[in-house]
Amino acid sequence: MAKRDVKRDVPMRWDRKMQQRLARGEAAALGELYDRFASLVHGLAHRVLDDERAADRITRDVFAHVWEHPDAYDPRQGPLRTWVATLTHRFAVQRLRATETAALARGGPGTAEELELKVRHASVAARADYIVQSMPAPLRAALELAYFQRRDYRQTAADLGVTEDEARRRLRLGLQLLSTARDAPTAPEAPKAPPGYGGAA
Amino acid sequence: MRPRDDDAEDGTGEAGGFRGAGGAGGAGEYGDAGGPEGPGGFGGPGPGDGQPRIPLPRASVEDSGQPLPDVVPVVLEHHVLTSLLGAWALAACSAEEASAVEEHIGDCAACADEAVRLREAVTLLQRPESLDLDPALRTRVLDGCLERRPPRIPVPEWAAPYDAETARLDALLQDIGDAEWHAPVRLRWFEADGPASRRTTVAGVLAHLLTVDGAVAVGLGLADPMGEITAAGRGPAARTEAYWRASHYPPTRLVRAPWREQSHGIVRTVSFTGDEGGMPVSYGDFELPLRDAMLDRAFECWVHAEDIAEAVDYPYEPPAARHLNRMIDLAARMLPGALAARRRAGLAAPGGPHLVTAGEPGRSLRLEIEGSGGGEWLIPLDAPGAVGSAEHEVAHVALDGVEFCRLAAGHVPPADAAAGQLGDREAIRDVLFAAASLSRM
Repeated sequence: MAKRDVKRDVPMRWDRKMQQRLARGEAAALGELYDRFASLVHGLAHRVLDDERAADRITRDVFAHVWEHPDAYDPRQGPLRTWVATLTHRFAVQRLRATETAALARGGPGTAEELELKVRHASVAARADYIVQSMPAPLRAALELAYFQRRDYRQTAADLGVTEDEARRRLRLGLQLLSTARDAPTAPEAPKAPPGYGGAA
Repeated sequence: MRPRDDDAEDGTGEAGGFRGAGGAGGAGEYGDAGGPEGPGGFGGPGPGDGQPRIPLPRASVEDSGQPLPDVVPVVLEHHVLTSLLGAWALAACSAEEASAVEEHIGDCAACADEAVRLREAVTLLQRPESLDLDPALRTRVLDGCLERRPPRIPVPEWAAPYDAETARLDALLQDIGDAEWHAPVRLRWFEADGPASRRTTVAGVLAHLLTVDGAVAVGLGLADPMGEITAAGRGPAARTEAYWRASHYPPTRLVRAPWREQSHGIVRTVSFTGDEGGMPVSYGDFELPLRDAMLDRAFECWVHAEDIAEAVDYPYEPPAARHLNRMIDLAARMLPGALAARRRAGLAAPGGPHLVTAGEPGRSLRLEIEGSGGGEWLIPLDAPGAVGSAEHEVAHVALDGVEFCRLAAGHVPPADAAAGQLGDREAIRDVLFAAASLSRM
């Protein structure tokens, strides 16, 4: 018998339980959901929209959606966290596109192509944030040292107490994961789970 | 904005519990195109780990007698060059290695593609925004949700202040760095008409909240955070002292998870009690109905959150007005009992000229609380069971809501409380001291 992956089972159990509690209309569950995911949701929305109040509104919309449609989440498709991030991304990108399109229609500066470019940049930046937050901690720690603290890979290896081979491997793997943020299309009909939010994060 | 000096924090808070559970991106990224990487992966003339990294010049250059170039490309095997791509993209390898990689990607299309991809990925690395979520957003978002779909199992109105205050404190805790958990805090309260205090740390304060909230948890049938620890008494102070003593090490930030789990469990469980919160909760040496115990715990959570915020030099706001109002109301309702206890102990003036029977109107003090969450309360002075009466008003005290709460928390001595006073001075003094006597560790 294969050993069960306890690390993975615990969050999955939490996700299923949370879904059941939301479905039966338990207000306390909604509070717990907010406490766990509000900073993720608000952070992603802010990265896309770069506006505090707009991010507040997306946060409200995302939690309202989850509260009103808890059955829309399918635990077999992945963690609740991924679903919430995907919703946030979709709502925020829709909103950005809508406000930019309205500004353009009112005779604002820019072209339709520039609008698409802006939406795409914002979308990729938010997905990249999510990937960094969700990648395995050892990869994130290596990137943190090498990029933000300007350590070379040998220093990174020493700081992390791993071999230099391992440090090089982590830096490369972390960047490979991050590079998938660019892979998703950002068409108006956004796919259900852009690659950045997919997988088993 | 709160200062943020702790970059190592991942910023995902509790949500970070998911990390490590697999990759974020598409499938296959874990496969390493660079092939197996054993120790000693450096090929060619590269020395082993820990040796100087400057390679020996190649023989042909040396033989020619010409000056050596500044950076001599090292000769590295393909899989080593591939493994260096990440470090190269981040400019985190040596100059020799960088030029070896650059030379290689001129010839190798696969590595060139990856090099471009990884360089682009580096531009996506952004410092996590240290945005503080507005604590008021939680209430707005949750209220909005509950309006759109009314809950079948609501959080009782009397538990809302506890729910809000624990969430506010948790948001503060998320932002503080490792070292700040050990910042000194002096717990202050009022005892025997004098100030009392006890030194602890930020983590120690949270352990205090954990153990005293535990009295409510136990009343609800949840696990006692004391576990196997036995205390000299069942009161809040005895439980806290025993909990602190039971560990060889001072409490650390690790106390946050059990505290938060317990507070979530309490809010969840009280949603199912369904008897208007009338169930008695024992604090060991006194008892409160559950709905009042929840207000008391909300009040303590706020007071100690202020202690913590002060210790780590973060701003912290008073509770929402409607919650503050419930907390003041609890204190006002407890005042007659506290007055009687002081009288029994000989600390307060004896009752008025006419003894009052329970349920009858008696001499009263008008407590006027100004500011948000304020209101007016008539405090019966002669017996806990008497009814406050405007006709029998003998004194009037006016003070700010937050100031009153600091008085009731024992953080402001009664003599220093900034209160407007009118009427019977002795009655006023007794009530202010009784308010301070509501405080405890």
